Amino acid sequence: MSALLQTEKLTKRYGALVVTDDVSLEVQAGELHAIIGPNGAGKTTLINQLSGELAPNSGSVRFAGKDVTATGIDGRARQGLLRSYQITSVFDEFTVRENATLAALGTQRHAFSFWTSLLGDKEALAAADEGIAAAGLAALADSPASDLGYGERRQLELAMALAARPRFLLLDEPMAGMSVQESAAVVTLLQSLKRKYTILLVEHDMNAVFALADRISVLVYGKLLVTGTPEEIRNNAEVRAIYLGEEEVVA
Amino acid sequence: MRMSLRTGDLVPVVLLAGLALLPFAAAAADEPFFTTFFARVLIYAIAATALNVALGLGGLVSLGHALFLGLGMYSVALPAHFGIANGWVHLAACVASCGVVGLLTGYVSLRTSGIAFIMITLAFAQMGYFLVVSLKQFGGDDGMAISAASEFFGFSLSSGNAVYGVAFCLLVALTVWIARLRSAPFGVTLRAGRQNARRVASVGLALSRYQLTAYVLSAVLCGLAGMLLANLNAYASPSSMSWMVSGELIVMVVLGGMGSVFGPFLGAVAFLGIEEVLKAFTEHWMALFGLLILGVALLGKAGIAGLLARPIRSNSPAGRGAKAPLLAESGVRP
Repeated sequence: MSALLQTEKLTKRYGALVVTDDVSLEVQAGELHAIIGPNGAGKTTLINQLSGELAPNSGSVRFAGKDVTATGIDGRARQGLLRSYQITSVFDEFTVRENATLAALGTQRHAFSFWTSLLGDKEALAAADEGIAAAGLAALADSPASDLGYGERRQLELAMALAARPRFLLLDEPMAGMSVQESAAVVTLLQSLKRKYTILLVEHDMNAVFALADRISVLVYGKLLVTGTPEEIRNNAEVRAIYLGEEEVVA
Repeated sequence: MRMSLRTGDLVPVVLLAGLALLPFAAAAADEPFFTTFFARVLIYAIAATALNVALGLGGLVSLGHALFLGLGMYSVALPAHFGIANGWVHLAACVASCGVVGLLTGYVSLRTSGIAFIMITLAFAQMGYFLVVSLKQFGGDDGMAISAASEFFGFSLSSGNAVYGVAFCLLVALTVWIARLRSAPFGVTLRAGRQNARRVASVGLALSRYQLTAYVLSAVLCGLAGMLLANLNAYASPSSMSWMVSGELIVMVVLGGMGSVFGPFLGAVAFLGIEEVLKAFTEHWMALFGLLILGVALLGKAGIAGLLARPIRSNSPAGRGAKAPLLAESGVRP
């Protein structure tokens, strides 16, 4: 088995506070790997270091066999490591299609083109439309992003990541704040993306995590507590004690 | 994307068509003042359009673009001082000086953002201003008269009409280009960066490179306006490099409509036109002018271009949504 994404002794400190504590994590090519952990466990901080937005104090990140610790987020995106944001972050003034096409173009080529329309780029447009369709937004492709509802904006986040034809998807709480129906739609969508892409999913919705993940890593106070299959995590006494409390986990 | 003409474009297009005929009318009426005045308007429209690339599309609030206007002017004045009237030399000096200074100042300024960016661009422009003022052998404070206008293959920019013609063509070409640029990858990337810089990086684009390119382009185009201005006035003066001029250019862009295609042109026409009219009534014209600018600012971010586009539903964000129902005409819904 080869790890597509790998961290080694990754550590991030804010003053005396260790937010990512010596994390060595491996995500295998093709798997859907979930990271769970209580609030403040440092999940988003970890994702930010994987995506390249945050530099670790020590340790390394390897992607597809290459050390990318010093590579910024734009460089990692061009290598196929794409992320979505917990707090939706799309370009409001652009239409859904423009958003996705920019994402498709940005990761494949450069944007030093001063005359022909972005939407005239057939290749990027095709990738964008694929991403939009996969995310279930085809009907809204020409709507300005500012007109979208909350759930639709989250879908656009996904569409933008997919339009980039990623090798690896970092999904930061794609279901945060969604209604039950919207969450169910995203679970179905992620099911369909599974195996096509390697996915690292950070999510609070335990039903979704246990339904989707091949393996789950539990993060507590910045430390990686354990990694295992959903079954192993469910039966892990330590996890139950620390993270899941006395509550019965997913039935 | 939005190349087709909209109602909001009608006014500026008609205005431009009128300006195409103006020199003939002015000549017929024997009123060369009008040609000179509107040549100045066109030149400032070019400078404002240039600034719009950085400010309107990229959200880079440069309070130092007068520096490039000045560099363009002295690119004509200094060679002319040494007897070189070759326009191509002037042009090369202008492109090179604005390009290099734009690259250096842009590189440093873009390490910051917000207020710090404004202050650094201002600081660079002031450095340029005081450098020119201190060069006594080249007129210093008083500026330099230009005895020989730029000459391109025998075509000389010595007459008001010649400058007018070139300025008009350049402005039209620039405006067409901006219309394309807004929806071309480069323009979309800049606009995306203005909305959410962090997100641009996460789609794989190194925003700062695009912003620096925009800044340099903007600088060079502004320099061209300076070249034309120097030829029109037959004079280069450090006062054109003062921060007041940088501020006026910003006001023109904001007044006309940041980021829009015709905004800078409309802003320049409105700014210089109103200034001229108010001056005729009172020497305290600036007080009245301030009120007008306040009014436009209060009406919304989209400026005059936004106002023109508003009554009939438009595609631009400013004309849509919550703001639209303010107008009675919005009862007509598509």
